[in-house]
Amino acid sequence: MLKADKVVPTTCPYCGVGCNLELHVRDDFIFKVTSPFNSVVNHGNLCVKGRFGYDFIYNKDRITVPLIRKQPQKPGQRTQAFDRSEWREVSWEEALEYTADRLVEIYQRDGSKAMAVYCCAKATNEDNYLLQKFFRAVFRTNNVDHCTRLCHAASVVALQMAIGSAAMSNTAAEVKDCDVFILTGSNPTENHPIIALQMKAAVEKHGAKLIVVDPRRIEMVNYASLYLPIRPGSDVPVFSAMAHVILKENLYNLRFIEERTENFEAFASSMEKFTPEFAEQISGVDRQLIIQAARMYATARNGAIFWALGIPESTHGTANALSLINLALLTGHVGRKGTGLNPLRGQNNVQGASDSGAMPWHYPGYQAVDIEENARRWEEAWHIEPGGLNRQRGLTTTEILAAVHPGGVRALYIMGENPMMSEPNLNHTRKKMQELEFLVAQDLFINESGAFADVFLPAASWAEKDGTFTNTDRRVQRVRQVIYPRGQSRPDWQIICDLAKRVESRLNRPNSAYWDYNHPSEVLEEMGRCVPDYAGIRYERIEEMGLQTPVPTLDHPGTPYLYSERFPRGRAKFHALEYVPNAEMPDEDYPLVLSTGRVLEHWHGGTLTRHSWMDDLFPEALMDIHPADAARLGIKDGSPVRVTSRRGAIVLRAKVTTKTNIGVVFIPFHFREAAANLLTTDAVDPQAKIPEYKAAVVRVTPASEEELAADIDSQPRGRY
Amino acid sequence: MGEPISITIDQQTVQAAAGSTILEAARQAGIHIPTICYHDYCTANGLCRICVVDVEGSRTLQPACVVQVQDGMVIHTRTERVIRSRRTILEMLASSVNLSEAPEIQDLFNQYHSDASRFPDAEPRHPAVIDDNPMYIRDYAKCILCWRCVQVCAEDAQFTFAINFSGRGYETQISTFYEIPMPESTCVFCGQCVGVCPTGALKPKRQWLLEMGYTPDEIMSLTRSQRQRRKRREEISQNPA
Amino acid sequence: MADLDLSPLLQRLEGYRPLGRTALLPALHDAQNIYGYIPQPAAEAIGRALNVPLADVYGVIEFYSLFYSQPIGKTVIHVCNDPACALAGSETLFKQIRFQQEMVSPNGPPSSLTIEMAPCLGLCEHAPAILVQGQPVARANRQSWQDLVSGKGERPSSVLGGTVSILTANCGLGHTVELSEYLDLGGYQALRKALNTPSRHIIEEIKAAGLVGRGGAAFPTGVKWESAANAPGDIKYVVCNADEAEPGTFKDRVLMEDDPHSILEGIIIAGYAVGAKKGYIYIRGEYLLPYEAMKKAVEDAREAGFLGNNILDSDFTFDIEIRRGAGAYICGEETALFESIEGKRGFPRLKPPFPTTHGLFGKPTVINNVETLANVPVIIRKGAAHYRKLGTPKSPGSKLFCLSGDVVRPGLYEVPFGVPFHHLLYDLAGGVRPGHHFQAALFGGAAGAFATQDHLNVRLTFEDLKEAGLPLGSGVITVFDETRDLRDICLRLARFFAEESCGKCYPCQMGTQRQLEVMERIARGDVRQEDWQRLQDVGWTMTDSSLCGLGQTAASAILSAMKHFPHLFQPA
Repeated sequence: MLKADKVVPTTCPYCGVGCNLELHVRDDFIFKVTSPFNSVVNHGNLCVKGRFGYDFIYNKDRITVPLIRKQPQKPGQRTQAFDRSEWREVSWEEALEYTADRLVEIYQRDGSKAMAVYCCAKATNEDNYLLQKFFRAVFRTNNVDHCTRLCHAASVVALQMAIGSAAMSNTAAEVKDCDVFILTGSNPTENHPIIALQMKAAVEKHGAKLIVVDPRRIEMVNYASLYLPIRPGSDVPVFSAMAHVILKENLYNLRFIEERTENFEAFASSMEKFTPEFAEQISGVDRQLIIQAARMYATARNGAIFWALGIPESTHGTANALSLINLALLTGHVGRKGTGLNPLRGQNNVQGASDSGAMPWHYPGYQAVDIEENARRWEEAWHIEPGGLNRQRGLTTTEILAAVHPGGVRALYIMGENPMMSEPNLNHTRKKMQELEFLVAQDLFINESGAFADVFLPAASWAEKDGTFTNTDRRVQRVRQVIYPRGQSRPDWQIICDLAKRVESRLNRPNSAYWDYNHPSEVLEEMGRCVPDYAGIRYERIEEMGLQTPVPTLDHPGTPYLYSERFPRGRAKFHALEYVPNAEMPDEDYPLVLSTGRVLEHWHGGTLTRHSWMDDLFPEALMDIHPADAARLGIKDGSPVRVTSRRGAIVLRAKVTTKTNIGVVFIPFHFREAAANLLTTDAVDPQAKIPEYKAAVVRVTPASEEELAADIDSQPRGRY
Repeated sequence: MGEPISITIDQQTVQAAAGSTILEAARQAGIHIPTICYHDYCTANGLCRICVVDVEGSRTLQPACVVQVQDGMVIHTRTERVIRSRRTILEMLASSVNLSEAPEIQDLFNQYHSDASRFPDAEPRHPAVIDDNPMYIRDYAKCILCWRCVQVCAEDAQFTFAINFSGRGYETQISTFYEIPMPESTCVFCGQCVGVCPTGALKPKRQWLLEMGYTPDEIMSLTRSQRQRRKRREEISQNPA
Repeated sequence: MADLDLSPLLQRLEGYRPLGRTALLPALHDAQNIYGYIPQPAAEAIGRALNVPLADVYGVIEFYSLFYSQPIGKTVIHVCNDPACALAGSETLFKQIRFQQEMVSPNGPPSSLTIEMAPCLGLCEHAPAILVQGQPVARANRQSWQDLVSGKGERPSSVLGGTVSILTANCGLGHTVELSEYLDLGGYQALRKALNTPSRHIIEEIKAAGLVGRGGAAFPTGVKWESAANAPGDIKYVVCNADEAEPGTFKDRVLMEDDPHSILEGIIIAGYAVGAKKGYIYIRGEYLLPYEAMKKAVEDAREAGFLGNNILDSDFTFDIEIRRGAGAYICGEETALFESIEGKRGFPRLKPPFPTTHGLFGKPTVINNVETLANVPVIIRKGAAHYRKLGTPKSPGSKLFCLSGDVVRPGLYEVPFGVPFHHLLYDLAGGVRPGHHFQAALFGGAAGAFATQDHLNVRLTFEDLKEAGLPLGSGVITVFDETRDLRDICLRLARFFAEESCGKCYPCQMGTQRQLEVMERIARGDVRQEDWQRLQDVGWTMTDSSLCGLGQTAASAILSAMKHFPHLFQPA
C-alpha cells in the first residue's frame, strides 16, 4: 500500500464552487485527491475534475522553460507556433529583459492606450491583484479585464444597477433551506457539480420544489416540479409574465416593496404587456406553466433564484438578469437564509479576480476608476504622484481585441486566458491577434492564443504556489504549494513582480509601486488595506476554513448571506423592461439556434483538461440535437455533421438526444478541432458588453467522415 | 436531538441526547466501540455488526451505530458474547477478502486476538481487477461490501446510481448494469466511491499504476494515443492478417 | 440481441408506468415470460419505463434466483434438493435427468432444457418433487424422463389428515373451492358480520381469541393489528405473507390452492380492522398454482363485491393486489418482503421502526402469514370464546403441521394445540416408514432444531415446545429414521442458508458460507478437532449478531444437532 509523503489541503482549481481538496503526494507526484468530509463547501464530495483532473501538471507537453519565438513576428503577419521547434529556449533573465524592453518600447512610443492585459479567473487573488497593479501603476492604463466579461458581466451590471453589489447574495448550500427555487440558464450537474448535489438533496431530502426554466432538458429537470422549456432568448418575457401574474393575483410582498425598494410603479406598469399569452407566444412555454411557476415561487416561504450563463450571455443579458431581480424584489425573496439572487460563478476565482480589480472600470473592491477619491486612494497605496493613475474607464475584453490596430492597442499581456477559444466569432479574433505588435503569454501550455505570442513565460500551476481563491459564495480560501514548480516554471506573482521591477527601472519612476513581496500573504494584506471587504482576511485566519466576504475587520466572522438589513445602494431598484429579440433569429437559411457551453469533463478552452486523462473520457466534440430535428435533417446518432453560421463552419459528430429541445442545438466550446466559437456572434449586450454565446443561428447538414478532424479516433462515449 | 437522558455504558453512567445512537453516546463518553462499515457522512445500515453491544433486555446483540439510546438503557460493550462476535466477524472477513490495504481493520485484528487463518476451508472472493476507465480501478478482491460506494453513488451524495449489486449472499459483488464497463454506465467519475472506500478496493488509477511499479514519467506517458497505438500493435500481433 | 422485438414488452410496460418502481418485479416476470430470460435491452426498457436506475434493475434481477440475465433453456426443470426430497432420492433423480438428457443429446445439453437444483419447493409430502416450467410434479423418480419434460408428470393432490378440520374444512376436496361453493359453505359471513361491527371490536375479538402468528414468530395478532390501527396516517396496508419457503413447509400452499377465499376473507377483515384500503398478497415465485388460484379468487371476489368500493354496501373500500416473488427465501422476512413489493432487492430492514408504524412504502402495515389470516374468519364467525375451546389457554385453537420425511403418510395435519408429538407421528401419520425407527425430527424447518427420542412425548403447544427448546416455527416436522446421516442433513441446511443469505450483514453473509464449507468437509467424514469451536463461533456469531431472523436462525439446526449428537462433529 502506497504511503503519502504528505497530504496537503488546498482548493480546487476548476469551478466556482471552490471544493476543499487534500492532495496526496509521493516523491513530488500527486497520486490521489481526497476531500475532507467536514468541509463546509463540499462535505467530502468532488466531481471528476476535482478528483482526477489535476494531471495536466505532469503532462509531457507542458512548457517549463521560458521561450522566445525564433522568427520575429510582425503585426498583420503574426502566426501560430504550436511546435516547440519554432521557439528558442531562453533563460528567465533573457525572457524578462526581452519582455520588458518590448513593452517599454511600445509604451514609450504609443502611451498607455497601447497597453492591455487579460488577467485570469483561474489565477489567485494575489496574482490578479499584482497584474492589474502592474498595468495600472506602471503602464497607467485601465485596459485590464478577464473572462468575467464573457460570462457574468451582464449579471454583474444588472445587480449593480438594482442592488449595488454583484456577488451571490446567499451561500449555495442554503438551497436546502428554501422551499422553492428557480434554476435558469444553468446546468449545475455539469458546471457546478457539487451545487447540483446540494440541489438534488434539497429536492429529495428537504422537500424543496424546483422550477427549471431552460432551453435544454438538463438533468436537473428530472428533479423539477415544473419545467418551462423556453426558446433561447425569451427570458425577459417569461420572467416578466411571472411578475405579471404575481402582480395581477396580488401575490407580491407589499411590505418589502414599500420598505426596501424603489421605482415600483414604473416597473409594474411596464409589466402590463407581459401577459402569459404574450410570453407563451414568444417562448413557446404553455401559459399555464408560467402561471403555476409564478404562484409557486411567490407563495413560497423562502424562494431562491439560481442562474448561470444562460441569463447573461445574451445581447439582452442585463435585461434578463433584471427580470430575475425584479421577481425577487417583488416577492421579497432576498435578504434571508434560503432565499436570494444567486448567479453561480463559473471559474474557481472569477469572484476573486473581479474583487481584485481585474476589471477595466474598477480598482480592487469595485471602486470605480472614474471617481477621483478612489484614484487618490490607490495612488497613495502604490506610491504614485497625484493624478498619476488613469481616470478613464479601460477597454473590456472584447473591446481590447476590437481596438487592436495602429493607434490602438499594440501590446497584449495574457495570463492564463485563451481568447482564441473563448472569444465569440473566432475568425475575427484571429485577425485581431495577428495584428498585435507584441504578445506575451504566461501559461502552462502553448494554447491557441499563446501560439501567437512573441514570448512565453512558463507559470507554475495551482499546486505549485501559494495564494487564495474566492469561490462563488464569496468564500476566500487557501491555495497551497504542494509540489515544486515543474522545470523552471515560476509562480505568476513572482513573474509579475520581477517583470514590473524591470519595467519600472526602464521608465525611471521616482518611486516604486512596491514589488518586493516575500510571500503572497503580504499581497493580500496590501489589497485589504484599501478594500474593506477583505480588510479582515489574513492567511492565518483561513488556514482551516475560508471566510466569506465582506470581512471588514480582523475579528469579523464573515458574511454567509447579504442584504438582511439594507442593500448596498440603499433601496433596491425595480427596472421597467421591454422585450428585445436576439441579435439573430432563425430564418430559412439558418433555421436552428445554437447554444454553447461546457460539459462535465472539460474546462473552457481546454488548455488544462485536454492535457489531462479527462480527455479520454470525452475525447471529441459532440453536437446535441433533438431526435425530431435529426430525423428531419437525415442525421444519425454519431454521424458527422457540418454546422454553419454566418461567421464560420465546423464539422463534428452529432449526438441525438432529448437533452436539447426541438430547434436548438448545443455544442461545447472546448474543442479546437471543432471550435464552437467560430460560429458564435460577437454582437454584445449594450450595457455589459457581453457577447451572445447562447443564441447564434446555424444550419446543420450531414458531413462525411473524411471531413472530421484527423486525430479523432475514439468513439463517443455512451451515456445512459 | 432531544433532552438529555441517562444511560449506563460499562458500569459508567452517561448522559446522552435522546435520539442519539449508542455509538454517539459512547464516543461522547470516551468509550471506544469499533466500526467498519460505518461512516460519519453516509447512512448507517448496521451491516458489519462489528459495533454490536450487549443491551440488557435484548435477546440479540445490538448494532451501536444505529440503535438509539433509551432512558435507563444498560449497555455492555465488551462482554464475552460481544468479543466472540467481533473476533469471529474479523476472522471471517480475513478469510473472505484481501485486507492488506485496510489498516484500521488490521488494527482490530490485534485488539481482538483474531486469527486470520481460522478458516482453512474458506474460499476467498477473488474476482479480477476491473480496469475499464482512465480514472479509477475496481479491485473487488478487497471489497468488504460496506455499501458506502453504492450509497454515495445514490442518495447519500451523487444521485447517479451507476452501481448496485450483482449476485447475492456471499457471492454479492458491486456491479454496474449487466456489468457493462463504467464509461458506458451512468457513472460521472466523481470518485465519491473512491473517497469512501475503506479497503483500497476502489483506487485512483494513477495510484494503482504507481503501486505496480510504474514511475510517474511512465504513468504520464500513458496517454490515450499511446495506449491506443499499443492496443493496435497487440491486435496486429494477434491477428497478423 | 439487436433484433430483439421489444414491442410486446413495451405494451405491458404502459400499464406499469404509472406504478413506478413497485411494478419492477411484475415487469421482470413479464419480460422473462416473453423472452425466456431478461435480455439487457428489455431490462433497460423496464428501467426507463418505471424510472428505476438501470444498475438497480440489474441488482434486482441478480437478487432473485428465478430471474435470469442470460439465456436459458426453453424448458426449465427445478429439482428440490432439501431434506424431505433428498431423503426420497432427489440427488439421484437430478443425476438421472441429467444423464437422460445427455443420452438424448450427446454433444452437451440441448439449449431447450435447463435443469437446476432448487431450494425446498414446498412439495415435501410428494417427495421427490420437481417443477417443470413452474408446474409441480409429485414423486418424480417414479416417472419417465419423457413424461417429465413433456409436462405429463403426476400432479400432486393435497394429502390431509388430523383430528379437526377448522382451517382445512374446505381443503382436500380435490379441487379449488370456488366462490359459489365457498358461499354455500358459509363463506364471507364473517366479513358481513365484521362490517357491522366497530373495527376496534374486531381487534378486541382477535386479541381475546389469543391468536398468534403462524409464520414462525408467534407474535400476538391482535396486538399487531391494534398497533397499526393506532399508528398515525391515512394510508395503511395489510399484507398477506404467502412467501412460504421454509424447507419442509407446505401448509400455506395447500390452503391457497384449496381454499383461497378463506384467506381473502381474513385479509379483508384485517383491512377493515386496521383501516387499510389496500392489501397485498406476496406469493413465492415457485408457487405458480397457488398464485393462479389466489388470482382467480381475487377476481371473483371483486366481481361479487367482496372487494372494491363500498364492500357489501358498507362504507368500507378495499382491494387486493397479488405479487409474485422470484426465488428468495429471505423475502419471507416481513421487511424484506416489503422491499420486494417496492421493487428492490429483498434486503431486510433494520428494526425498529416496526412494520406497524413504518411498513410497506413506509406506511403503517399489518403483515400476517396465510394460516394466521385463515384463522380470522373462524374467530369472527364463531367468536373468541368458541375458538378457545380448542387448544390450551396459552395456545388456543388448532394448528397445521407439515409432516414429511421418513413417515408413512406425509401430509398436512390439523390438530388442536396440545396433542403430543407421538400422537401426531404414530397415530395420525402412521409412524416411521416400515422397518425403521425414529432417530430425530427437525422442528421448524431449516431455521429450526432437532427433536430426539426424548421429545416424543412433548405436547405440541408454544409453551411446551419452548420449554423443550424446540421451535414450533411454521409447523414443520421432518422425520429421520435411524439410517439417516444427520451430518448430510446439516450440510443441506447449511447449503440452503448459504444460497439464501441476502448478503447484507456480515455475520450471515460470511457465516453461512463458512458454516457450509466446514459442513462440507465434516459430511465427507473429515472432522477436525477445531471444527467444534469453529462451528460454535460462527453459529453463535450469526445467532447473536445477524441483522434479521434468517441470520439469527441460520445456525440453530446445526447448533442443536451438535447439542444432541455431539459425536457427529468430533473426530473419530
